[in-house]
Amino acid sequence: MNASLRFRAAVVSIALFAAFLGIWHLATRPTAAATNMSPEYAKLMGLTATQGKSAMPGPADVGAKLWEHLKQPFYDNGPNDKGLGIQLGYSIARVGLGYLLAVLVAIPLGFLIGMSPLISKALDPFIQVLKPISPLAWMPLALYTIKDSSISAIFVIFICSVWPMLLNTAFGVASVRKEWINVARTLEVGTVRRAFTVILPAAAPTILTGMRISIGIAWLVIVAAEMLVGGTGIGYFVWNEWNNLSITNVIIAILMIGIVGMLLDQILARFTRMVTFPE
Amino acid sequence: MTDKFISIEGIARRYPGADGKETTVFEGLWLAMNRGEFGCVIGHSGCGKTTVLNILAGLDEPSEGAVIVDGQAIEGTSLDRAVIFQSHALLPWRTVLGNVAYAVTSKWRDWDRARVKAHAQKFIDLVGLTGSEHKRPSELSGGMKQRVGIARALSITPKIMLMDEPFSALDALTRGTLQDEVRRICLETGQTAFMITHDVDEAIYLADKIFLMTNGPGAVLAEIVENPLPKDRGRIDLHRHPLYYALRNHIVDFLVSRSKTFAATVTDHDPRNVPVVRPGLGEPTVVPPPKAVDTGPAQTIAC
Repeated sequence: MNASLRFRAAVVSIALFAAFLGIWHLATRPTAAATNMSPEYAKLMGLTATQGKSAMPGPADVGAKLWEHLKQPFYDNGPNDKGLGIQLGYSIARVGLGYLLAVLVAIPLGFLIGMSPLISKALDPFIQVLKPISPLAWMPLALYTIKDSSISAIFVIFICSVWPMLLNTAFGVASVRKEWINVARTLEVGTVRRAFTVILPAAAPTILTGMRISIGIAWLVIVAAEMLVGGTGIGYFVWNEWNNLSITNVIIAILMIGIVGMLLDQILARFTRMVTFPE
Repeated sequence: MTDKFISIEGIARRYPGADGKETTVFEGLWLAMNRGEFGCVIGHSGCGKTTVLNILAGLDEPSEGAVIVDGQAIEGTSLDRAVIFQSHALLPWRTVLGNVAYAVTSKWRDWDRARVKAHAQKFIDLVGLTGSEHKRPSELSGGMKQRVGIARALSITPKIMLMDEPFSALDALTRGTLQDEVRRICLETGQTAFMITHDVDEAIYLADKIFLMTNGPGAVLAEIVENPLPKDRGRIDLHRHPLYYALRNHIVDFLVSRSKTFAATVTDHDPRNVPVVRPGLGEPTVVPPPKAVDTGPAQTIAC
């Protein structure tokens, strides 16, 4: 039953994808070529005018280009022509660094907030004000103070991924079941050991959920941040290809952003499953 | 009673009420238990039974009074006093062995793994869970979970075992077997135990002394019933013992009517000198009027 459900779902998925490709293909079919155009003008206009090729690339064009990229993901022909793999690598490295910094700050601070009602109440107004700020709004301030565009992007990733982790950690720690705390208390377990042997495992699923939300947000924000700071990264690649008017490359980049985002989410989902305990 | 192992001395619990007045849950609670005794507190919900147990465990503090265990006033929790929680309170991310070993390593921090494991295994075997060491709590039935709770409490070889309605969430059959286990273990090891229950038969089967509490708020310890049944009583023929119904009726009678009317009818109640009752042979076995109860010298019971 379960296997057959999976199989049927896969069939429907493939059918939908095929339909999507079909519609896409039909919508981007070449139209009638322009006749009686002066050859010089036609040269300027390119294939769109001379052969009636659609300005929007079809699935076949994208597929061919994608194959080209995948064959050579790490080539480097100077600042404006690097392989997709290199660009994605830059983005992943920035996200990784900013995210790691956020983990290092958010989890200990979240523990503190979750365990101390005083700290929780004292920090609450700051968190409430800082949390809704769009991470990109920090960019000018970061550029001005840090004076390095690459580090500024990392800072933006840090600031956007810190909040979900912080709030989830604080919530997870504060809502550890009283009876588990009481077990530790009756066993005279010290504060530090209690934090690591009872509170951390009990709050881990909530903390990991926060980390999963954060990595998603970080990956959303990196594209926008790199469009602003420029130089390297998948966000810069998208904007550069838009300036080159290479819609094919833009579509490929969009696809890649989606796939990497999915992989990051899956990794965190796996970690979440590892720490989740059935009750 | 010079050898008082546990001595609860005049504890009370009050909460500040909404209108500035204090609500007293219970007050003037004095009771003593000897080493190796099994004490049971019976009373209706809201009389503060669980609070009394939590105070004994050190999880809660009395508003007044003190608790002395083995000659020392208690301050906070202690590994000498193990608690078996009503909801078993096992750590779900640890296995059976892991849960027991957690308690063992908390008590003996310098033991190596093998020693901890061997010690934990001994208590897992004691509660009859051999073979389930590596299961997680979610894979166990309610009765098995509570067995792990008992093994965890016993593994730290406490001076006192505190039980907060440990079997109330279990079905009747499982409850019966677990009561047998607890009784066997307590008799074998000479464990001092203090238990809270709603179940009159459970108290009769397990306890040496049954503490009857009146209804809250303002609950007091009304009387101490000494169990007249022989030490080697069995679950199967418990109800055939000639004193069984005298004892049972006395307690049920208290819970049904006297726990409500106690405060209004008994005016000369001395909380420091609570009457000790030992229901005897000479009384009728059907609904004994409390006056007929064979009471101690200082006792007056009104109905």
